[in-house]
Amino acid sequence: MTTTRTAPGAPAAGANGGITYREAMRAALREALAKDERVFLMGEDVGRYGGCFAVSLGLLEEFGPERIRDTPLSESAFVGAGIGAALAGMRPIVEIMTVNFSLLALDQILNNAATLSHMSGGQFGVPLVIRMTTGAGRQLAAQHSHSLEGWYTHIPGLRIVAPATLEDARGMLWTALADPDPVLIFEHGSLYTLSGELPPGAGAVDIDRAAVRRPGSDVSLITYGGTLHKTLEAAGRLASEGVEAEVLDLRSLRPLDDATIMDSVRRTHRAVVVDEAWRSGSLSAEISARVTEQVFYELDAPVARVCGVEIPIPYPRHLEEAAVPQPDDVVAAAHRVVSGDA
Amino acid sequence: MTTKKTVKTDPGGAAGEAARTAGGAARDAAAKERRSLLHEMLRIRRFEERCVELYSAAEIRGFMHLYIGEEAVAAGVMPELGPEDAVVTTYREHGHALARGIPAEAIMAEMFGRSTGCSRGRGGSMHLFDAATRFYGGNAIVAGGLPLAVGLALADRMRGADRVTACFLGDGAAAEGEFHECLNLAALWRLPVLFVCENNQYAMGTALAREHAETDLALRASSYGLVAWAVDGMDALAVSAAARRAAEAVRWGGGPHFLEMRTYRYRAHSMYDPDRYRTKAEIEEWRRHDPIDALAARLRADGDLGGDDLAAMDKEIAAEIDGAVKAARKAPLEPVADLTRFVYSERAVRP
Ligand SMILES: Cc1ncc(C[n+]2csc(CCOP(=O)(O)OP(=O)(O)O)c2C)c(N)n1
Repeated sequence: MTTTRTAPGAPAAGANGGITYREAMRAALREALAKDERVFLMGEDVGRYGGCFAVSLGLLEEFGPERIRDTPLSESAFVGAGIGAALAGMRPIVEIMTVNFSLLALDQILNNAATLSHMSGGQFGVPLVIRMTTGAGRQLAAQHSHSLEGWYTHIPGLRIVAPATLEDARGMLWTALADPDPVLIFEHGSLYTLSGELPPGAGAVDIDRAAVRRPGSDVSLITYGGTLHKTLEAAGRLASEGVEAEVLDLRSLRPLDDATIMDSVRRTHRAVVVDEAWRSGSLSAEISARVTEQVFYELDAPVARVCGVEIPIPYPRHLEEAAVPQPDDVVAAAHRVVSGDA
Repeated sequence: MTTKKTVKTDPGGAAGEAARTAGGAARDAAAKERRSLLHEMLRIRRFEERCVELYSAAEIRGFMHLYIGEEAVAAGVMPELGPEDAVVTTYREHGHALARGIPAEAIMAEMFGRSTGCSRGRGGSMHLFDAATRFYGGNAIVAGGLPLAVGLALADRMRGADRVTACFLGDGAAAEGEFHECLNLAALWRLPVLFVCENNQYAMGTALAREHAETDLALRASSYGLVAWAVDGMDALAVSAAARRAAEAVRWGGGPHFLEMRTYRYRAHSMYDPDRYRTKAEIEEWRRHDPIDALAARLRADGDLGGDDLAAMDKEIAAEIDGAVKAARKAPLEPVADLTRFVYSERAVRP
């Protein structure tokens, strides 16, 4: 999707003093490369081409081919090489074009990055950052559009984050690099053109906590990444229809910030989880289970979920839109739990 | 031996000859080196023979893969690495770990799952790790260690360190995608990796010719633009000469090198393997080229090994292994309260 979205809480772009999500990511990369000599970026087409989503455009000229390193089409080798370099004390940032291709490196991510610390009795750590795009919305069909970050949240030893705002796009990378463990950053493909203002001092952000993006008292809409903006849109409409929805942006998908989630549900007594990924065996299932385990007696309605339809993402726009949560779906689900018709 | 292609003899193999004819101090030094090669091979073998007993007694559990027959490779390669070099290897790594200098006690304790083990008991036989000797495992995913080696070498390369990463792999690994990806990447970026392929003729029960269309692995490696050659992996002196030459070349910027060590395991793939896929005759044929017997005979012929020397070595080794076993039996287990430690760095404990 190439339509420009507006960052929550930020003035509409257009005034042109703004910055895009893509540019915020690039600023974060530039800062990390300048700040720490051990940092380098590696991946397919990150250099000459400028990154397949143009995130690293211009960095090759600035930092040279040693640090902006084009790799062959060898996901397993270059992700694993990132792990090896991290073991040796470097701070690699590995870019994988999309989450679908990360499956070719799953062995390295799961069997090496996530296990080496534990398996070595704490002798070795893997301070590696892996960035990849995820999600549907650009009519790229079934092999380029899935939201598989939930799978990765299953794996102990990894840390998973999903920047959904300009501030997080700008700030999460540095925090991730400072983390001694492997961090996977999932960037929803439809967010790159998001634009807005970024405070001049924007920098590293905490990646441990979820954030309330819009306060409300009637229902908690729990989401992250690409669906945050749709959910905010839904919350705006709900307000005009008399339902005050609180919108929670998870930000960190592993570990989950239980405290913030439960606080919100304690306030609103109702929860809707919005996730573009499939419902069965998903992150939304995990969140729903945790809410049930921890604040069951606070609930006035069963936890509801708005998830992707359980099909490979189709190509035509109308089917693709029907396959992933839309603001209408979120509005309807919120009304159901609030009215008790769930 | 039954390797079907001719093994190119390594020119460095002549070094042994030179040492034999040289006089005085150089000759003594060479003799000492060769005796220590013999000692290390014997040590690895005896260690593993003891492991078999301990396994039968159920003191060691899990998957255990023995190296018996292949000792010349670890014993020959490791002395050619410096303390700053790195080692990445597979689940068949007791020999590599011992030859690299991880104390036998720490290895044995690991096999027993004790907290004094080199991985605090969390790894076992297949996952020996040791930061002090830059020993990065112990990987039980076939070919899973190759990308790590490429990355370790990349870090050295980017920092201008003249260090070598030695990466051990089996012939089976040469059929995995990571083999191709990593040889290409290492050659493309001229990374300081020494690939040591232990071609023991089998991947579990699958003979070389049943899994590779081209069974000359050195030839295949060379097609990626690496310097590669095959070595008689049953000849410890040939292994050490080849490793010396290759490690030096890698260290001084000659790009990745690949040594195909043609060797054999006498024992089954693992303790669970009934070994039905090969004949006794074949095993006997390889045993006639036993690396320990061969080197001992050669040292004797050269007058560098006396009548009782081997027995004396054996005794010393037995004492070391006894000590390791006793210590392992007495060593504490990790407290269950520590179960979830080390999943994440302790600098950042998380729920
Ligand atoms: C990716 C993967 N596939 C399958 C296995 C099961 N497996 C364990 S060892 C082995 C054979 C490997 O043979 P080789 O690389 O020649 O090493 P060797 O055991 O002969 O030393 C197989 C198939 C595995 N551990 N990893």
